[in-house]
Amino acid sequence: MNSLFRKEYEIPANDFSVAGEASSSVRKLLNQLGVDPPIVKRTSIAMYEAEINAVIHGNGGKALVQFFEDKVTILISDEGPGIEDIELAMQEGYSTAPDRIREMGFGAGMGLSNIKKNADEFVLESEPGKGTRVHITMYLL
Amino acid sequence: MTKYFHSVTLEKDKCRGCTNCIKHCPTEAIRVRNGKATIIKERCIDCGECIKVCPYHAKKAVTDSFELVQEYPYKIAIPAPSQYGQFGRDYSRDRILQGLLEIGFDWVLEVSKAAEIVTDATKQMLKSPELKKPVISSACPAVVRLVQVRFPTLIPNLVKIESPMELAARIAKNTAIRDKGIAKEDIGVFFISPCAAKVTSVKAPYEKKESSVNGVLSMKDIHIRLLEKMKNIPADIESPLVCSGYSGVGWARSGGESYALGNEQYLAVHGIHNVIKVLEEIVADRLEGVEFVEALSCTEGCLGGPLTVVNPFVARPNLKWEIKRAKETDFSRENSAKDYQDLLWTEDVEYKPILKLDNDMLKAMKKMQQLEAINEEMPGLDCGACGAPSCRALAEDIVRGLACETDCVFKLREKVSSLADQIKALVQNTKRRNE
Repeated sequence: MNSLFRKEYEIPANDFSVAGEASSSVRKLLNQLGVDPPIVKRTSIAMYEAEINAVIHGNGGKALVQFFEDKVTILISDEGPGIEDIELAMQEGYSTAPDRIREMGFGAGMGLSNIKKNADEFVLESEPGKGTRVHITMYLL
Repeated sequence: MTKYFHSVTLEKDKCRGCTNCIKHCPTEAIRVRNGKATIIKERCIDCGECIKVCPYHAKKAVTDSFELVQEYPYKIAIPAPSQYGQFGRDYSRDRILQGLLEIGFDWVLEVSKAAEIVTDATKQMLKSPELKKPVISSACPAVVRLVQVRFPTLIPNLVKIESPMELAARIAKNTAIRDKGIAKEDIGVFFISPCAAKVTSVKAPYEKKESSVNGVLSMKDIHIRLLEKMKNIPADIESPLVCSGYSGVGWARSGGESYALGNEQYLAVHGIHNVIKVLEEIVADRLEGVEFVEALSCTEGCLGGPLTVVNPFVARPNLKWEIKRAKETDFSRENSAKDYQDLLWTEDVEYKPILKLDNDMLKAMKKMQQLEAINEEMPGLDCGACGAPSCRALAEDIVRGLACETDCVFKLREKVSSLADQIKALVQNTKRRNE
């Protein structure tokens, strides 16, 4: 089924001043659609984590958000280095973020598990050298 | 009482239909229609930003007149702490409080005193383990209303403890009844306010059924009257009305409530647009290590309120001087909250989904689809000439059936020029046929 409408966002690399703009914009859209506040909250947390990952690890990327009658799908993709060991990366507290990122309060290794906790469906596709694609699905009803 | 009471109102005659207010409104609650601004009542949070930016002074806060005070046999003034920042060093807190007696009040109770009790209650509350952190101060009614319309998931984080104003009014009334034997209906308690949202809080409270305050006077309105009376009071007078310590007085400025709490893990933000940014951080779970958020709608906190007289940056050193002169806060038994549960709100705020496009989500989706398509075609200048704050807001108004595409001057120009082309072609065709 085709989506009713879609939004695309650029996620710039290493720019923390705009990181979070895409998820913040999606949060506003969901509020306007009248989506239940707790679902809006989970969506914006999951999307923000994926967005910030693209900023920190993926040299930036893109977000594609598609709105369907009953769900929203979010795809965050980057052409960064990719993930060696997905299972390891999913573990709470595991992080490959460099110190300069950690000093800014990011890179605590909670991002992916936080997405998993908040998303209704979450698929992570990645291969070293081929970038990362994070698929998040949220059911609205 | 109408469904939406608002202190912030428009004086149509003064409005020239410029775009200053629509651009500053944090809830996009103002549109210019037929050359005049109109406030969308459901959206207004009474922050008073439009009052501050209107170059023609067409926006004002409705407050009570001084005449109303005369209707009560026993008159009590409860001045907001920001009152102490409105005059220079020669006008001490003692002098100001005595001045309030001189302008016609029988008794004065400092709201800063009640603020200290609220601080004590908040301290107790913060110890409760089931509290949703970070807790957000409810001291600023405009921020509470902002949360209500834009950040519904943060409603449980609000500190639902009575405001210092309400508590002061209650204490003042009870004291007058108990100590002076005055009948309740003969007592008029008047809040002296730096703030439009506080007026709304009294006329249409969200935290309880009925306010204990009988009227709200604007700090601006009593300024000259008070200044004139104070001139006859010696500068070094000591007033028995001074009853709060420095921590209550400090509530007037940004960071004051947090400082009074003595909790190191606080964040103080002021200015409504800064507040929105911080609330967005909280919603997205991005704020770490913060237990208490003091968010105030006005720049520099209540000192920057729309009903104050002095520039907040000038008022701040005035206040600081008063804080320096003030005594240690006395948290002895009579000044403590005893049990914070006694001060909890009796009513609650509910989510007001005013930004929703439609009650039916599928219809809302369809409208959003249209909105996105219209927005794509807009020039994206956000010039405001159409009367909406941004191109997107116009697109939203069109979808809601409140505006049309040619309200946009650029769209209109396109249309006129395409019409002109069509007419030209038509004329040429007719000419050719006639030749």
